[in-house]
Amino acid sequence: MSTPDKKSKKELTVEQKINRRNFISFSTFAVLAAGAVGGWEWLYKSPEETAGITAGARKPLRRALNKTELFFRRVFSDNHMVKIYPKSMAAKRVRVNSDIGIEADKKFDPSNWKLQVAKKGGEVLQISLQELMTLPKTEIIYDFKCVEGWDQISHWGGVRFKDFIEHYKLDDYTKMQYVGMETPDKGYYIGLDMPSAMHPQTLLAYEMNDKLLPLENGAPLRLIIPVKYGIKNLKRVGSITFSNTRPRDYWAEQGYDYYSGL
Amino acid sequence: MKAIKEKHSLTMRWCHWVNFPILTIMIWSGMLIYWANDEYYIKIFGHTYFRFFPDWFYNTLKIPHRLSEGMAFHFLFMWFFTLNGIFYIIYTIISGDWRELVPKKNSFKEAFLVVLHDLHIRKMAPPQNKYNAAQRIAYTAIIIMGIGSVITGLAIYKPVQFYYLTWICGGYHFARILHFALTLGYVFFFLIHIVQVILAGWNNFRSVISGFEVINENPKPAIETTNTDNDEHSR
Repeated sequence: MSTPDKKSKKELTVEQKINRRNFISFSTFAVLAAGAVGGWEWLYKSPEETAGITAGARKPLRRALNKTELFFRRVFSDNHMVKIYPKSMAAKRVRVNSDIGIEADKKFDPSNWKLQVAKKGGEVLQISLQELMTLPKTEIIYDFKCVEGWDQISHWGGVRFKDFIEHYKLDDYTKMQYVGMETPDKGYYIGLDMPSAMHPQTLLAYEMNDKLLPLENGAPLRLIIPVKYGIKNLKRVGSITFSNTRPRDYWAEQGYDYYSGL
Repeated sequence: MKAIKEKHSLTMRWCHWVNFPILTIMIWSGMLIYWANDEYYIKIFGHTYFRFFPDWFYNTLKIPHRLSEGMAFHFLFMWFFTLNGIFYIIYTIISGDWRELVPKKNSFKEAFLVVLHDLHIRKMAPPQNKYNAAQRIAYTAIIIMGIGSVITGLAIYKPVQFYYLTWICGGYHFARILHFALTLGYVFFFLIHIVQVILAGWNNFRSVISGFEVINENPKPAIETTNTDNDEHSR
């Protein structure tokens, strides 16, 4: 800040130096402060993104979320396992936070249910629960984490998504980037990046606390994906699709991060 | 006679003033997030003394129902908060300014005397350079708290990918409590900081913007001595 002025003929007095430096530093400070306030105003009042696969967030903030996703995807690894707990720690009363897509007043008969997997060329694989239950069962007791901030240790059982893919010879589809899942009524839907879906702890669960899923917890089949917040853990999976673009996602349309990974 | 005494480096001033609005935004957006599961309170022997936070507080600051917005802001400004902090720490180490900052052996004892002096219980304050003992402790603590916020933040932001951080922080649940408590710490720090800055006066405040303080130098003795411990001179 205090570059001595070599051109001036007279040495500045201390008083002049003080005034000069005060002037420079305070005006710089004022300009930067005004810039910061202006920058904040711009960001705070920036327009909402055009509604598409994602919606409800300010444009620059959505950009930031997507960039941040790219960064944290680099640290994602199949070797990073979600911590597991002893069975005794699992909650007996599992919290039910939402019933979007599985509302009780909607007519739904689990016995008529079949999982629909959309394959290339319009072919749809129909899989019954009985059939799924013949596949090797995997159980997990882990700390379920909600985007709201609460967490609960819960116990789930079902088919690993990875095993499911292998069993139905869908390996080719895992070369695609995304998996989409929707409830039978299409009221709730999620999109997952392939690495998260193929994580060894991702389950298509049909059991909770050693019993078949209750309706409010997503019977007959729900997604348990411990590397994601609860919002991605779709209850009552109706259909599964594969794509190279982001499938639609209920909460990403409400301003939440599409990735929502843990 | 008046003289200029250099006090704060440009980098230190930059980091300080950049951090101030960023931390404010982090605390605000953090509250938007916390609201969605506001489960903390101070309870002693069964009596709840304070709930974080009362409804009037939320409503005054327009906090309710803004979780997604809070997350979007929080996860953008976390980058600036972290980078600014890293920049400051690296600068402080390389420049040697840490010598003026970190507590010394006698700082903890001395800080007590400083507090007594500030509370007008003791007349004399211990001699100091740039920072007194209490400041050394407070300003070092706030840097450690900043590191703590980044670590506890990562521990709850990516508890699977950074499982070891979550483990260090005592688990997901406890990490969230720590992250929250650190924020309360900032607010507490801020309040004391503001009072101290007001009490210290204009000369001190200005030095965090312009970098220097104006001091009164004793007139030079008529007979020149070779004693050069007057280090104001060399600047």
